[in-house]
Amino acid sequence: MTQKTYIQSYCTIQNNEIVLNGTSVFKTEPTEFADFSKQAYRNFEMQYPKFFKMDALSKLAFLGAELLLSPITSTELENNIALVLANKSSSLDTDVKYQESISDKENYYPSPAVFVYTLPNICLGEISIRHQLKSENSFFIFDVFNTEFMSNYSNILLHSGKAETVLCGWVEFFNDNYKAFLCTISAQENEKYTNETINTLYNK
Amino acid sequence: MEALKLELKNKIITTLNLEDIAIEDIADNDPLFGDGLGLDSIDALELIVILDKDYGIKLVDPKEGKVIFQSIESMAAYISANRTK
Repeated sequence: MTQKTYIQSYCTIQNNEIVLNGTSVFKTEPTEFADFSKQAYRNFEMQYPKFFKMDALSKLAFLGAELLLSPITSTELENNIALVLANKSSSLDTDVKYQESISDKENYYPSPAVFVYTLPNICLGEISIRHQLKSENSFFIFDVFNTEFMSNYSNILLHSGKAETVLCGWVEFFNDNYKAFLCTISAQENEKYTNETINTLYNK
Repeated sequence: MEALKLELKNKIITTLNLEDIAIEDIADNDPLFGDGLGLDSIDALELIVILDKDYGIKLVDPKEGKVIFQSIESMAAYISANRTK
């Protein structure tokens, strides 16, 4: 019989608002994501200048991960946190921007700083660097958030001993439309979310 | 030369998204990499693009960058001597 796993914390970012464990922790007036994310960064005093160099998808994933992982990784205790994220649009938002920057043959100056974000799993790298993770990580592309797959995949990592905690979720960004849902899952019993699943919390 | 240095500081802050850094924070002889502005390897590539795009200078030997991109002072001196636009 496999050991039951529990959601420890979750975070949703959409419509200019960040909700952590069901409580709104940051909200702005309607604005573009670039402005919203900058305000959120300053609000939580994240102190990580590389944030400003990231593309929108990485900023979105970074913000959610920061709120969920900082309480874990800021301690001296050793951790083994796997990252399992997914979305629909991959890195298309940045891909389009990059393509636009190289479409004029008379003005052909590809930006290395934009190019490096033309893969969706770069956001996993950004989170790993920030939290010093040398763990399993995977990024999947689905039409919609496949909560069953993500839950099963996370449980396999936990049950096989590949990870003690999994940061699992959905980080979708395209044309300034965005939604992030991230949660941490582990085998540690958590009375707060005994019956909740990724699916019920995502759709809350 | 002073105008060029100011222009370079502006370009570096804007192009490299140095959000928390102001022009007055960058001294002409501050190292751009390492303990100075803390730029990284991708930033170095962006500086090469700036040389090409804005000043018509194509760096053939990337090793040259180590000397040219030491500071705003060294960048300005190299651009003044080699610019084609």
